[in-house]
Amino acid sequence: MADEAVVSNYAGISFYEEKGRYSGLLSWVFSTNHKRIGLLYLISMLTFFATGVFLGLLLRLELIAPGKTIMEPQTYNAIFTLHGVIMIFLFIIPGLAAPFGNFFLPILIGAKDVFFPRLNLLSWWLFISGAILAIISLFTRGGPIDTGWTFYAPYSIKTGTNVSLAVFAVFLIGFSSILTGLNFLTTIHRLRAPGMKWLRLPLFVWSLYATGWIQILATPIIGITLLLVILERFFGVGFFDPAKGGDPILYQHLFWIYSHPAVYIMIIPAMGVISEIIPVFARKTIFGYKAIAFSSLAIALVGSLVWGHHMFVSGQSYTADWIFSLLTFLVAIPSGIKVFNWVATLYKGSIELATPLLYALSFIFLFSIGGLSGVIQSALAVNVHLHDTYWIVAHFHYVMFGGAGFAFFAALHHWFPKMFGRMYNRRRAKWAWFILFIGFNTLYLPMFILGWQGMPRRYYDYLPQFHTGHLISTIGSWILVSGLILMFANLIHAFFKGVKADNNPWGGSTLEWQIASPPPPDNFDQIPLIEHGPYIFGTQIFADSRG
Amino acid sequence: MSDERHRDYAGAKIGMWLFLFTEILLFGGMFLLYSVYRLKHPQDFHNAAGELNTIIGALNTLILITSSLTMALSISATQKGHKKLSTLFLVLTILLGTAFLVDKYFEWGAKFHHGIYPNSPELLTYTKGKVLFYGLYFVMTGFHGLHVLIGVLILSVMLVLVMKTKIHKTDFIKLENSGLYWHMVDIIWIFLFPLFYLIT
Repeated sequence: MADEAVVSNYAGISFYEEKGRYSGLLSWVFSTNHKRIGLLYLISMLTFFATGVFLGLLLRLELIAPGKTIMEPQTYNAIFTLHGVIMIFLFIIPGLAAPFGNFFLPILIGAKDVFFPRLNLLSWWLFISGAILAIISLFTRGGPIDTGWTFYAPYSIKTGTNVSLAVFAVFLIGFSSILTGLNFLTTIHRLRAPGMKWLRLPLFVWSLYATGWIQILATPIIGITLLLVILERFFGVGFFDPAKGGDPILYQHLFWIYSHPAVYIMIIPAMGVISEIIPVFARKTIFGYKAIAFSSLAIALVGSLVWGHHMFVSGQSYTADWIFSLLTFLVAIPSGIKVFNWVATLYKGSIELATPLLYALSFIFLFSIGGLSGVIQSALAVNVHLHDTYWIVAHFHYVMFGGAGFAFFAALHHWFPKMFGRMYNRRRAKWAWFILFIGFNTLYLPMFILGWQGMPRRYYDYLPQFHTGHLISTIGSWILVSGLILMFANLIHAFFKGVKADNNPWGGSTLEWQIASPPPPDNFDQIPLIEHGPYIFGTQIFADSRG
Repeated sequence: MSDERHRDYAGAKIGMWLFLFTEILLFGGMFLLYSVYRLKHPQDFHNAAGELNTIIGALNTLILITSSLTMALSISATQKGHKKLSTLFLVLTILLGTAFLVDKYFEWGAKFHHGIYPNSPELLTYTKGKVLFYGLYFVMTGFHGLHVLIGVLILSVMLVLVMKTKIHKTDFIKLENSGLYWHMVDIIWIFLFPLFYLIT
């Protein structure tokens, strides 16, 4: 790695130079140091992300014109399933919590590591084993699965493709997610530095806390659901088979009881990162600290009760429909609270438009579009029209990619100098952001219109009237990928040849900026004593009012 | 960083309790299926439950409750520094867990013998409610049995640690957490027993 060139301006050594029982690659894959595990996640996830992007690019190319362009329908089904499974389970669910949470959570609360370091390593191993099994499932009996990432019964039970192995892979990844959540919760409860009261926690930590609870309380449900799918395939028990008295709708309930809260596993840490970045680049303490902290918990709570909105047209009862619709409207409130508080933080701030802030601002913009389109979908009558159309595809890409994805890039640019001790080319980073932002909107905005006009999702072919929209969208995918390539080229170049970064290049006020870049193995020589809240800048240092 | 730097029993227990939540929820998914299907087919469930052997079920309940007692006694003995007593109670717990599994083996075996197992030709001639009842019976007691098996394995490791005095009067959190797991397995059975055997 970057060992030899990185000179820490800390008296000791950085965690890259730490000598453990192993050396070379083994010193990484068997390390229990939270920073190394965070980077393991980061590298593996970026690899999967690149794969997912490539598959998405192929899908868009196929859809550039009606009829067959580059692949057969069955291949198309397999590729959109893979794109979904990889992006959701291997990239955006571990998302920001696994790489950045692992790396920064202990530092942000003034701890030397997470509470269960070995369990933490096990989490990564489960994650990577799941990923490997998912890859193996592509090339073994039956071939790549074609069910869509939702594995809906009864098709997932009947199809000849290799569902069992792929589903088991997802089960392992879910287990990894549970252990990470469990670890983070215990860490936040037990390892806060002296004086780090709950209301002095950085907001990223609050978001990880809310996420941890969802991971623990929701993930087991998908665990058992996936195991039941496997049992159905091997033993034909009949839980989801109407011929044996089973009910496929129950599968959908069980699936979404996890998979809707999972959306918040993806987005809440993203919101946490945005809450970290905005005060730093506005040079201003966060507006509405408590409102932001508690709205994370509110989202976690209400978000766990809205799964039925995926099933408005599946045949659940009308009573269930309107209750889920109402609850879904309610989720918009805590999300809105966050957006208003971020904007209020920027108000009269001393704003520095650095790359992390550009990503954070575009997060607010794209997430607002995604979120508001979600409010539209939660209206029952409108939902009947929009269900399973490109509108939905546009909506969740705005939330997941425009939201969680852009927050991921924001975090990457914000913490890159801290993680690697080097600074990227800021000018190029801004260009990459600009291209990415334009490409993103060119790619996904037409999908809202296509969906409104009636283009169904997951279709291999379409009517000629949808051609223009698809064409623009495909061109957008090329722009977006150019932006991504420029961004990663810039970061990879910085990783090897970037100028040395200061300990605190952005003037941040949280604990990670008070230690060396990259951090020493144990983060702190002495566990710090915390005397005030996390966001105090320059002349703002006054008696802490948050207690 | 591989060595544990902090010894924080409260924290270790928080972690274990969080894990137990996930186990309860894992079974919660199946209890949800049970509730829905029982609501749909109350009469079939009633009839099918009458075909299960209540004696064996009650015996297994007794075995597991007793094993929870010996488990608690083993922890108590360790805390008071009685290594031999702790070992004895732990062996008893493991034996009782194994007895539960043996019992379960014969119970399932009898059902298989009568041609009742998931997707069997015999089972498919039954009413839909009965098919679902037996599906739930095999899946839920199956997953529970798997947990008993895992529990027995964990307790065997603990037994070795107690005998080697790796677990002792001042360091017993592993044993205590294993005990929590064992009680959780017990409690799930406490719910399974009436739902499958006593609803006739």
